[in-house]
Amino acid sequence: MAAMTTTQVSPAPDAHPTRRLPGDLAIWFFILAEMLAFAVFFAAYAFARAKNVEMFNTYQQTLDRNLGALNTFLLITGSWFVVLAVQATHKDNRPAISRNILLGWLCGGGFLVVKVIEYAEKFGAGISMSTNTFYMFYISLTFFHFMHVILGMVILTVLWVQSRNGAYGSHNAHGLESGAAYWHMVDLLWIVLFPLVYVMR
Amino acid sequence: MELLKNPAHRAWIVLMIATVVTWYLGEVGAAGTTAIVAMLIVAFVKGRLVILDFMELREAPRMWRILLEGWLILVSSLILLAYWISLK
Repeated sequence: MAAMTTTQVSPAPDAHPTRRLPGDLAIWFFILAEMLAFAVFFAAYAFARAKNVEMFNTYQQTLDRNLGALNTFLLITGSWFVVLAVQATHKDNRPAISRNILLGWLCGGGFLVVKVIEYAEKFGAGISMSTNTFYMFYISLTFFHFMHVILGMVILTVLWVQSRNGAYGSHNAHGLESGAAYWHMVDLLWIVLFPLVYVMR
Repeated sequence: MELLKNPAHRAWIVLMIATVVTWYLGEVGAAGTTAIVAMLIVAFVKGRLVILDFMELREAPRMWRILLEGWLILVSSLILLAYWISLK
């Protein structure tokens, strides 16, 4: 095994000239820190559930899986539009860059609307963080993520304004790639959050 | 078919299908070890597509790919461990 690794490593794959980290190095450290915070949160949920399986299973049934799946659809599609915006920079297709950032932003907006509908239904029924452990996790986890969607949309707003000013193209996509990476992280987190909180039992 | 040459489009299609699979498992009330493992595998496949094709880490320095994919494995393992404990 060790010998195999050595022979494979010898051509130094990372020295390959085409290997490149999109965007700014700092944003990736920030993304990693955010992801670790969420990992702790996800694990806390799963282990708290292990102690109260029946309670978690009962109250999970009160969540709207259709809205949860709709929101997954919105975030994935929002991410996809932003990938298309990054791809448009390589072709210097300026209108497509701005348009796709805007479409990604609208998907984020749709996510927030759906989430507010969900919260209104729960809060309207008198449910709060102090109702029980399940709702404490459901509300805090999804709200923590909700704030990340808002920050992602603030970033997309800045990127959109910049793109309208012609900041991005084949000459420079650095800022756009950094913001895009953050937006994809928001999507990635929801991809774990949705099955964990809404579906797994 | 020209559309499918773009890895982002392919990823989007698979992500949509995978989301429907997870939603469907919820609709039929799938529960227990097999269901949990299936959902974790689906989430892993989805997360990996986002990391490789959306974040564009496929061609990035290996360390970053390993860090993010490692995060997915770590989170899935912790969830699996917690569910396994809950069954005891």
